Amino acid sequence: MKKSGVMKQFRQEAAGDKTFDLVVWTLVLLAVLVCVYPFLYVVSVSISNGVAVNQGKVWLFPVDLNFDAFKMVMGYSDLWVSYSNTFYYTVVGTILNILMTCLAAYPLSRRRFFLRKKLNFFLAFTMYFSGGLIPTYIVVTSLGLYNSRWSMILPVLVSVFNVMICRSAFEAIPEELFEEASLEGANDFICLGRIAIPLSKPTLAVLTLYYAVARYNDFFNAMLYLGKKELQPLQLFLRKILLLSSSEIMQTAGGSTAIAAAAQSTLQVRYVCIVLAVIPIMLICPFVQKHLVQGAMLGAVKG
Amino acid sequence: MAQTISRYKGETVMHEKAATGLQNNDDYKILSKRNWARGKYLVIMMIPVMVYYLLFCYLPMAGLYMSFTQFQPGAGFAGIFSSKFVGLKWFRQFFQSPYAFRLIRNTFLLSFYSLIFGFPIPILFAVCITQIQNNKIQKPAQVLTYLPYFISTVVVAGMINNFLSPSSGIINQIVVACGGKPVNFLGQPQYFRTIYVLSGSWQTFGFNSIIFVAAIMAIPPELYEAMDVDGASKWMKIIHLVLPSIKPTIILLLIMSLGNLLNVGFEKVYLLYSPAIYETADVIQTYVYRQGIENHNYGYATAVGLFNSLITFAIVFLSNRLSRKLAETSIW
Repeated sequence: MKKSGVMKQFRQEAAGDKTFDLVVWTLVLLAVLVCVYPFLYVVSVSISNGVAVNQGKVWLFPVDLNFDAFKMVMGYSDLWVSYSNTFYYTVVGTILNILMTCLAAYPLSRRRFFLRKKLNFFLAFTMYFSGGLIPTYIVVTSLGLYNSRWSMILPVLVSVFNVMICRSAFEAIPEELFEEASLEGANDFICLGRIAIPLSKPTLAVLTLYYAVARYNDFFNAMLYLGKKELQPLQLFLRKILLLSSSEIMQTAGGSTAIAAAAQSTLQVRYVCIVLAVIPIMLICPFVQKHLVQGAMLGAVKG
Repeated sequence: MAQTISRYKGETVMHEKAATGLQNNDDYKILSKRNWARGKYLVIMMIPVMVYYLLFCYLPMAGLYMSFTQFQPGAGFAGIFSSKFVGLKWFRQFFQSPYAFRLIRNTFLLSFYSLIFGFPIPILFAVCITQIQNNKIQKPAQVLTYLPYFISTVVVAGMINNFLSPSSGIINQIVVACGGKPVNFLGQPQYFRTIYVLSGSWQTFGFNSIIFVAAIMAIPPELYEAMDVDGASKWMKIIHLVLPSIKPTIILLLIMSLGNLLNVGFEKVYLLYSPAIYETADVIQTYVYRQGIENHNYGYATAVGLFNSLITFAIVFLSNRLSRKLAETSIW
């Protein structure tokens, strides 16, 4: 019904406007297709018959629906180890990220705080200049964090950029609320917990998303600091499967599943892994969409 | 957007008032009793954050001293300051090597092409999507275009690698179906920049359009109506109303992206490149990684990294000065 309304409007338009509408709709359609098609293709390959995949018959929708490749990949114990590691890093990491961000943003948002300007500079400077890869690596390993779960959490404990976003959210809260609370004897910790955080929920939701996605996607820290397989996150497992040679997949699979892996198409195994890795992200995104717009604006204006 | 900026300006005016309100002598003595009584909880609150920054940001900066020494692997952080001072040896070695020019050129070109190609697309998309006045199509279309932004670099690189695979990749299946011969896209240097730039725009255009969509949405509807009365076509509205209205946003974001001009997505390069295509794909950061982490030439790698940090610092500093002049928005 909506569509007929669009069509009706379209028919009544002048010729120039008609071309305009056609161009606009085509470009939007093209943009959506370009974004969706790769995922659709990957999903279709992952649930098609392996033979059809090897013959190159799958290009849009699944051919001969078949979950063998899924079953096989689900049987990799390494997958589940890395998945649970990623879960740990994401949950613990994000909670600490948000905690630290609030603890940094609140003092910086207090206009009367005597160290405000100095601390602001202390933080902001790190956005412009850094020690770089090698010195950071030396520091982290000298702290004894090599092959420790903390190496995934501590080196990226807080991001200045997100602190600045959070700070401006706290600054937007009317000053009188804090004044009243402190007259009633509330200290800054209580003000932060009872006023600043509850009133900045939308911003904190966006920051949680940013942090959680960064944690979930982090692969470089893991590559630098985690040599032990039992500690490695999903992204390192994916790298092995997706980007290294197919013989590595057999080694990764190990044991009885290796024979099954040989029968399956390597391509299909890889695409199943992509699907499994992307699902959590896909599930989260639509929920935070409305906050996302606000967050991106804040970031762009402040950044 | 315009509203947001003006709101922000309002805030800065308020800060100034707050600052000038504190003309008391006490406020200039940093550790006065009054300051401490008022701010002690705030200081306590900041301690964990300050410890983090000292340990993981400022300590590595001190570690940059490594680029002037003959650092021995395994000596630990304290070993940096007791190792032999060699002056500018590593810098000289880098600039005399054939790699210096290639690395700087590759780093610059990858980010430059990404900017030239990647910057206009979000604007074009934002203009188009806001012209679709149907919420049932507009919102889902936007969400679908954000999605690639949140996908990890490993997955994106994995998709690129497998789509372009000469034996089984979909791209080469199309090439073959059209009568061509399979091409090893990731094995030949001339394709790398295109692959990098295209995949980068694919990942970011939807997300980067958010800010422009918001700017276009902020245009008052009366202005459109006024143009309707004048009998303007939709093309005229774009050219004479929409584009001029978002011009400040465009300029601001352009300057901000200039600040990232030497900031190449190092992880993606690292995951996609191979020795066969170092000629176009090797960038400063990947070289630092190979020299430092893989070959243990810590001093040399740090020197190259320091050179990169200094240039980046200069560019970011300049672009921030420029944007502050134009829009009065800045972090400092």
